[in-house]
Amino acid sequence: LQQQAAIASKVFVQRDYTSGTVCKFQTKFPTELEARIEKQQFEETIQTLNNLYAEAEKLGGKSYLEGCLACLTAYTIFLCMETHYEKVLKKIAKYIQEQNEKVYAPLGLLLTDPIERGLRVVEITIFEDRSIGSR
Amino acid sequence: MKNCEYQQIDPLALGTPASTPTSTQCAKNKSHRPRRKWEVFPGRNRFYCDGRIIVARQCGVLPLTLGLIVVTSVLFFIFDCPFLVTHLTICIPVVAGVLFLFVVITLLQTSFTDPGILPRALPEEVTNTERQIDNSGSVTYRPPPRTKEIIINGEVVKLKYCFTCKMFRPPRTSHCSLCDNCVERFDHHCPWVGNCVGKRNYRFFYTFIVSLSFLTSFILGCVITHLTLRSQGDKGFLQALQESPASVVELVVCFFSIWSTLGLSGFHTYLVASNLTTNEDIKGSWSTKRGEESGNPYSYNGIFRNCCAVLCGPMPPSLIDRRGFLPPDVIPRTVASGSELHPFMAKNDTNMCTQAPKKLLETVAHSSLVHSTCTSATPKTALVTQEFPFNSVSSMLSPSNTTQVPLPAARDNRRSTPWTRPAVREGITQKGMLDAYKYQVS
Repeated sequence: LQQQAAIASKVFVQRDYTSGTVCKFQTKFPTELEARIEKQQFEETIQTLNNLYAEAEKLGGKSYLEGCLACLTAYTIFLCMETHYEKVLKKIAKYIQEQNEKVYAPLGLLLTDPIERGLRVVEITIFEDRSIGSR
Repeated sequence: MKNCEYQQIDPLALGTPASTPTSTQCAKNKSHRPRRKWEVFPGRNRFYCDGRIIVARQCGVLPLTLGLIVVTSVLFFIFDCPFLVTHLTICIPVVAGVLFLFVVITLLQTSFTDPGILPRALPEEVTNTERQIDNSGSVTYRPPPRTKEIIINGEVVKLKYCFTCKMFRPPRTSHCSLCDNCVERFDHHCPWVGNCVGKRNYRFFYTFIVSLSFLTSFILGCVITHLTLRSQGDKGFLQALQESPASVVELVVCFFSIWSTLGLSGFHTYLVASNLTTNEDIKGSWSTKRGEESGNPYSYNGIFRNCCAVLCGPMPPSLIDRRGFLPPDVIPRTVASGSELHPFMAKNDTNMCTQAPKKLLETVAHSSLVHSTCTSATPKTALVTQEFPFNSVSSMLSPSNTTQVPLPAARDNRRSTPWTRPAVREGITQKGMLDAYKYQVS
């Protein structure tokens, strides 16, 4: 019994550097996804991700406090404490998993957490939905 | 039941299950130890403590730096401090001790921390990027180099394509030829610390050089005070030197290093205040007029804000997953097959094949099974359908209509799921997959 490969193509949502080096992804809707998902849903996902990354990299009172405290302890607190950024990354991982379960998997898509790609791209794997074509 | 399902996915594995050692697997099975990603890291780095510590391959003069600091400080504590404590105050060794700790800790952190290395692009990304370059007229293509222009805060910034890492470098990223890595916010490769200085360890480096300047100045001051006090009275300065020869050593070391440490601290304070890197400053990337900060799109236009952003900003995570585990048998096969599969791709495998996507799969499969019209499917088919909602159920029902693409042997059935990225499988490149797809559609 020959099996079928899970043939898929991939779409890469690139980084948007127009605001500098902050982690932000382009919200431009890729043409390959037009048949699979609504533009608004996709944009909402990417925008939420961008907001989460912005929260991670936000320069504010809390991050300054963390930075100053770290400096005073010769940065040894990084060895024992989870940084704000890491906490937000966990939140992002959870959000992506949730999005995959609720929205993307039923449509034959899979989001890959950008941290696994060095925060370069949001990789969306498109799985061929043969069951639709075969009926 | 699960094993049966996996064998259905990979028919070649029926004959050659992953547990059967092949010639390439012998070396792997010898150790029976899952390998960590640092063991196959492509850059020129060395790892210690099972991937916890990363240094450049050429450690430069780090041992010399550390040696000088430790020896000078120890000599100071042994030979100068007792005199100074009795004649002046106990605060002297306390302050020196704190500074010494600061210096050593920040030096080790600068040397052993990932400076902000960017993992190299995976083959699918590379294919995608190259396709975009070929198709798009707006991207400048001159062999070599490839560049892409973007606008950041009103300034035109050129992103260069890195041929080693096979990606367009983000802004402020540079490729270090010594470490063979692209490093974010690349400042410079410092031989004294034996590592690159980049986004993640710049604050450690800055604290190191500032505290080192304080320590050097402090020791120099204390030694001169010591010798002066000793030479008071009838004793001459020369006799004081003879009585405390260690102080001579400290004097020489501190005198020669104070110029460079103070100079470096001053220079980097200027860089921090203008939110520049050494690399940008040397290249003159943003200098319009001498001493002007204007033109730098990354500056927050305020010295205090820039300092806070650079030194007290959030600590970004390491993007290279040094201590993550590799799937046991991806690497030797991919190397042997000659494909450019990157070991870091396996991270996706590991993460994708953990409980979350499996649960996801089962959830979706259950829902698709409910909707499926293939109620007449045999138990075997139903089994397959349950696991592979997106595989062709029709192929089971009407095999003549579709072309099956046989999979190569999976090396580890436990990991093999339809969600596994196809390129991980040996011999199948993305192009091959897409070609097969096109063939099936036609």
